[in-house]
Amino acid sequence: MRTGKSRLSSLLFISAVVTLLVSVTTFNQLPADHDLHVGNFMVSLLGKYLTYAILAVAVDLVWGYLGILSLGHAAFFALGGYAMGMYLMRQIGDRGVYGNPDLPDFMVFLNWTELPWYWSGFDSFAFTALAILLIPGLLAFVFGWFAFRSRVNGVYLSIITQALTYALMLAFFRNEMGFGGNNGLTDFKDILGFDLRSDQVRLGLFIASGVALIIVYLLCDSLLRSRLGKVAIAIRDAEDRTRFLGYRVERVKLTLFTLSAMIAGLAGALYVPQVGIINPGEFSPLNSIEVVVWVAIGGRGTLYGAVIGAMGVNYAKTWFTGAYPEAWLFALGLLFVLVTLALPKGIAGLHLFKSRNKPTGKMEPKT
Amino acid sequence: MTLRTAIVSIAALYLLISHQHVQAEVKTGINELDPLFEAFYEGRGDRRTEALDALAALRPPATPIDTQPDARELLQGILDGDLMFHKPSSTIVWAIKDGREFIMTSLDRTTNLGRDSSRKVKRLKLNNSIRAYLRQLIAALGLYSDNPTERLVAIEALIDKPESIEQKTLDELLLNEQDDAVMIALQSLSTRKQLGSADPLERLAAVTVLRTDLSSESRAAIVRIESRDDDENVRKAAQAIRLYHEKQVNLFGWAETLFFGLSLGSVLVLAAIGLAISFGVMGVINMAHGELIMLGAYCSWAMQQLMPQSIAAALLLSIPVAFLLTGLVGIIIERSVIRFLYGRPLETLLATFGISLILQQMVRTFVSPQNVPVANPEFMSGVLQINGVFSLTLNRLYILAFCLIVFAALVALLKYSRFGLEVRAVSQNRSMARAMGVRSARIDSLTFGLGAGIAGIAGVALSQLTNVGPNLGQAYIVDSFMVVVFGGVGNLWGTLISGMTLGIANKLMEPWAGAILAKILVLVFLIMFIQKRPRGLFPQRGRAVEG
Amino acid sequence: MSAVHGYRKPLIRRDRTFEFLIPQYVDDLDLSHGTALYLEDISVNFDGFQAIKDLNFYVNTGELRCLIGPNGAGKTTLMDIVTGKTRPDTGSAWFGQRINLLRMDEAEIAQAGIGRKFQKPSVFENLSVFDNLELSMTGTRSVWGTFRAKMNRQTVERIEAMAETINLTDQLNRVAGLLSHGQKQWLEIGMLIMQNPILLLVDEPAAGMTHQEMDKTVELLRSLAGERAVVVVEHDMEFVRALQAPVTVLHQGSVLAEGTMDDIQNNSNVMRVYLGTESTT
Repeated sequence: MRTGKSRLSSLLFISAVVTLLVSVTTFNQLPADHDLHVGNFMVSLLGKYLTYAILAVAVDLVWGYLGILSLGHAAFFALGGYAMGMYLMRQIGDRGVYGNPDLPDFMVFLNWTELPWYWSGFDSFAFTALAILLIPGLLAFVFGWFAFRSRVNGVYLSIITQALTYALMLAFFRNEMGFGGNNGLTDFKDILGFDLRSDQVRLGLFIASGVALIIVYLLCDSLLRSRLGKVAIAIRDAEDRTRFLGYRVERVKLTLFTLSAMIAGLAGALYVPQVGIINPGEFSPLNSIEVVVWVAIGGRGTLYGAVIGAMGVNYAKTWFTGAYPEAWLFALGLLFVLVTLALPKGIAGLHLFKSRNKPTGKMEPKT
Repeated sequence: MTLRTAIVSIAALYLLISHQHVQAEVKTGINELDPLFEAFYEGRGDRRTEALDALAALRPPATPIDTQPDARELLQGILDGDLMFHKPSSTIVWAIKDGREFIMTSLDRTTNLGRDSSRKVKRLKLNNSIRAYLRQLIAALGLYSDNPTERLVAIEALIDKPESIEQKTLDELLLNEQDDAVMIALQSLSTRKQLGSADPLERLAAVTVLRTDLSSESRAAIVRIESRDDDENVRKAAQAIRLYHEKQVNLFGWAETLFFGLSLGSVLVLAAIGLAISFGVMGVINMAHGELIMLGAYCSWAMQQLMPQSIAAALLLSIPVAFLLTGLVGIIIERSVIRFLYGRPLETLLATFGISLILQQMVRTFVSPQNVPVANPEFMSGVLQINGVFSLTLNRLYILAFCLIVFAALVALLKYSRFGLEVRAVSQNRSMARAMGVRSARIDSLTFGLGAGIAGIAGVALSQLTNVGPNLGQAYIVDSFMVVVFGGVGNLWGTLISGMTLGIANKLMEPWAGAILAKILVLVFLIMFIQKRPRGLFPQRGRAVEG
Repeated sequence: MSAVHGYRKPLIRRDRTFEFLIPQYVDDLDLSHGTALYLEDISVNFDGFQAIKDLNFYVNTGELRCLIGPNGAGKTTLMDIVTGKTRPDTGSAWFGQRINLLRMDEAEIAQAGIGRKFQKPSVFENLSVFDNLELSMTGTRSVWGTFRAKMNRQTVERIEAMAETINLTDQLNRVAGLLSHGQKQWLEIGMLIMQNPILLLVDEPAAGMTHQEMDKTVELLRSLAGERAVVVVEHDMEFVRALQAPVTVLHQGSVLAEGTMDDIQNNSNVMRVYLGTESTT
């Protein structure tokens, strides 16, 4: 049955990620002039890709298995990132440009005299870790509570998730929000007392991202292998039918959507210390849609497909923007069109499961 | 005119007579002017102002042969310091500084008087009171100008010091004025003068007249009278009028907000209506809609580049050009991509988003990554002044009208033409329409092309309001979707009403929330609204949509 | 049951209690009066189209009932109302004596014991036959419960037994999307039975079936009745006759006639509706 196959593929996946982690760590330790040396820049870059992969898994969970095309997952990612950014800002202490021990630089610059209430608690890592999961989770829960109960479906849901991230982007651009406005949060120094710029910490963050990816993967995999996973697919393919079997469709959707948002938040939190900045641009609707394309290219409805898509497209993006900066958007745009037209099941659909998986009739329930 | 002429001639005569015995030490090249300038140059106090009065009384040249200079020009020359005294020749000249020297011209500008060092040329003494007096005279002379605009400027210069014009002069002007706008200004000047009258009844009458005048000067005058006038009745009348004014200002404030809201709404409707067709009628999510709008805006730019000398014609021509061009692009998109994706709205969304990226990058690569300049033709700029506190900018007014015209044309097309009938048939029941002989594939292409073409037209309109650049479309795509979804998919009237409502709501909130927060609030409201009523304000109901 | 009252409800009616006193949802089904389904004074209006008009319809426990009528008579809408998909404008719908269907959503109604087969066979095409049956099986429906759900010998046996009944044993691990039309119909019926409902609503079960399959379906439906109430909507008169059950004819949203198949076939009203307008007969 399917279970065996799924176990095998997760085993393969985990070994692939572990191999990546071990080899990069090893090659990073080699002397800089060695042929196989992996530079620190590359380590951070790969770490960034891994956080993108986590985000892609989150999107795939709701899109590939539940049929909810969220065009707002960048919002959850960014919220997790901001939570982490706030912690990192608090760790700067009086080492900022203005040397104020209580206030981040941008607040001093805006002539604020005290820390806003919603910043309190972020000097504790435990609190931050909780916030990283709970803030995106809470937003997703409240949003989903209303959306799924009133049966907002298909493209309508996509459009309002996009409006959600757009509204958040506008909000975070405002200085009055107390999140650094346009410039966002940056100039981080320490994480848990370790210097963020040191090579070991960068390597550590890379490994942490890889481990997080494995944990998230295993969590999603166990979820999807359970009967709940089958219910999710049932909802994706025939929502009404599932309802008439007695399943509370909105509760399943709400649970998985919230979980997905929390995973996205985690990805954002791992992303921020590795790139050193978080700003409102992360909320931009384009980002959310890009994630969807990673998943579409990799192959939605397979967790490893999402990971392959995220890593592959981002590698291509790095290469393109270096070699032919003009051509990247052309390439990305073409990818969108070609994948939807010619490769509806993505890379993962190219070779594996081909004989077993059903006709490519209608993939989505009609809206 | 006769009275004024008489007074001035008497003044001039007086000056001429009283200084005849003194040898003229200041020359001007025009005998008649010598004593006046001498009096101004040598004299002090009243004699100088009298001299200026006499200068002002000089008639404009009667015939072209008459070389006597224009009084206004002379007074302006004195005020600006362009008229100077050349010491060696004791002559008043027009002097233009050139390095350390001055180039000199005779007063009637007919003779070049050579150049001399700046030490030999002396300024005419001026002080602040003389300057003020000069300005007043110049302004008053403007009252007799042949050009209505100049008369208007002259009147406006007097509005704050109505006492400086004689009642008789004013009456005379009122009697002879032909131009309406100038007449209104004159009347308000006359009212203001009346306000300064010693007779309380006159002041009362003047105050009453100001009731209909909402200009800031009028309102300030009323406030001043309410607090300072000696007569109680006048004060009371002023108070009543102040309260009325406040109410009116408030009212017109709302009217202005409404206008801004409708204006924003018309932009939203223009941007959304093409989407309402492709999304509402065909069920196709076109994420490249914003970029089609952008292409339309670039059409308007390109037409202006092609015909730089007549930008108004270029703008008008770019409407059909943009419609055809973006419509064609739309048809190409439909034929090459979208037709393979019918019935899969989420895939359509992704594919068209890819197209939007390609279109954006094309503009960046082949035109410019920067914004391009699009000029506003003359007829688009200007203001329609309704009263002192309420005015409508013409470009917004035109775009509002344009939006309504496009909307009406579209509704008519869908309702009364054969094409519209087929579009509605296909959108309601595709297979039945095909059975009846409608070529549904062709209708799909044309409908999508129509939506795209209207996006192009919207782009032309937007090019008159905002910067035209590769990112223009992105700014409108979320808003456009919100408008369509809020109005109810498949309902053009819903789109119109929802666009206008959102525009007005946005502008209503702006004063207390700020532009960005207002936008966020509108978005949040919409997100909640869609969850409450997923099918929008004016949903299509019935069994057909349940499936 | 007066058909007099229209859209506006009178403030006080002696035969009714206050709205808020009507129990919201009662878990235990009470069938002591022998009636499984009460539909009274139901009216539904879709944008001016009167789909159901003052309809009264009762189904006894264990009864097998056929529902026929021309297109647009309101058969599917009636099923939509019972299963919670459509809310009527007026009227009341009770499952047994205690369960008010108008206060429940689709999932609650399904859990209370009403199963439905759709007109178009609707199975989960990307799941295997086994998974389809597993999801329909009675048992937990909560999110956490489904996450923790374990298969044991018994449940697997139940599913395999059902596969046997519906002739899909050798298809058990195939993806449902690959089944033939008739097989999908069977699978859906199997799913319906796995739900173990008290009341089954079966919409056009015979469509796309061969004669042998039809006979088998008739046999299956007849065997289900007795234990459960079964309402069958069907166009195929042969099939209806084969069911040997009381027939209700719907026309323009109301009940036109009720009785045995023979009664119905001789009913002049029914003949008029099916065979032509009044003027021609």
